[in-house]
Amino acid sequence: MIELSLTDILSFLLLAARWTVFLSAIAFVGGGVGALLLLLLRYARPRFGGRFMPVYVEFFQDTPFLLQLFLIFFGLPKLGIDVSPLMAATIGLTLYATAYLAEVWRGCVDAIPRGQWDASASLGMNFVQQMRDVILPQALKISIPPTVGFLVQLIKNTAVTSIIGFHELTKAGEIINNATFQPFITYSIVSLIYFAICYPLTHWSRRLERRLTPTGHR
Amino acid sequence: MDDNFDLGAIAGYSGLFLQGAGTTLGLIAIAASLSFLISIGGAATVRWGAKWARRLVMAYVELIRNTPFIVQMFFIFFGLPSLGLKLTAITAAIIAVTVNLTAYCIEILRAGIEAVPPGQREAGLALGLPPIWVFFSVILPQAIANVYPALVSQIILTMLESAVVSKIAVMDLTHVADLIQSRNYRTFEAYFVVAMIYLVMAICLRRLMARVGQRLFAGRVR
Repeated sequence: MIELSLTDILSFLLLAARWTVFLSAIAFVGGGVGALLLLLLRYARPRFGGRFMPVYVEFFQDTPFLLQLFLIFFGLPKLGIDVSPLMAATIGLTLYATAYLAEVWRGCVDAIPRGQWDASASLGMNFVQQMRDVILPQALKISIPPTVGFLVQLIKNTAVTSIIGFHELTKAGEIINNATFQPFITYSIVSLIYFAICYPLTHWSRRLERRLTPTGHR
Repeated sequence: MDDNFDLGAIAGYSGLFLQGAGTTLGLIAIAASLSFLISIGGAATVRWGAKWARRLVMAYVELIRNTPFIVQMFFIFFGLPSLGLKLTAITAAIIAVTVNLTAYCIEILRAGIEAVPPGQREAGLALGLPPIWVFFSVILPQAIANVYPALVSQIILTMLESAVVSKIAVMDLTHVADLIQSRNYRTFEAYFVVAMIYLVMAICLRRLMARVGQRLFAGRVR
């Protein structure tokens, strides 16, 4: 048992929290790009993309994220690609975020009235112009609250990467706990740091959502 | 050990897989039942409770919804015993999943109750029904019908998230894969098969619950 002061514990955890934020940010950006590609494929090539996307989304939404991570961490070396925990965590979270964001954004694109497609097509716009100038700008507005909401889910999921040994906030908590045998204090602080990262986002997402529904609905 | 993908190597463990799937399903069934019952009280408190009680429930909901499940589980499994409350792994897992799922269910049910037109409550009271009766036989059934699909997907999401309870040595489906790969080194195959079992369980559960919903709410589910 090692005696550590509260400031030691706190600074160790906060340093590790940077990795939580960093990993979330990379996966969020990567997932955003992936989701956009998946959606473009779906609307531009309905015959292939329209079938591929539901299968992809179903797999990532209906299996535990922990197992997706294991499959990448132990599967890629089988193909001769060595992956570090950081690589596996990044790939896993990016694929996961791609599935969820694609599904969220699909809902937003589908919410755009059919007439917008017809009208822009009748103006002679091609697919890229339709998407860029007409559909996506409108879909973007309604997509922001659920996207921020998903970001919170993504940040919480980075905690699972501690299981494959990636050194982020939860792993740091485990290390501190093993050294000090003070699980109550350690995991309280870990929880509070996650809360401090996630709650402002949750709050923001809720405010954006309220702004989109003009009637007094809470 | 060769590097091929060999499912035959783990075919002999089907009994273990079944046992693990049973544990996972049992865990979520117990936790979902408890969460459902507790969240009725929680949602009613948020809607009609005293200000301090409402604040307390909302604080609980926000705290759980903004922290990872795995940290909540470690807190319960490692933190509570240090305060003198001894827990077995399976008890800790049931408590952790219930505490987590309840927060989400309160939030969902609260929205369901808010969506019931106020006239329903007024009409019930005007008929001379006691308020508690109005709640249980007029408002609650409609509230549940309103949010039934959201409740079902939250339960399935939580079942998938419960895979991490294998890390506190609960013998669930994921733990079975850990066990098998430690015996025959077929790591990828073991996790692959277990992932597929989760997939099938999630799809079947969603279909089953949709059926049950149609029966229970005969056309009222939106």
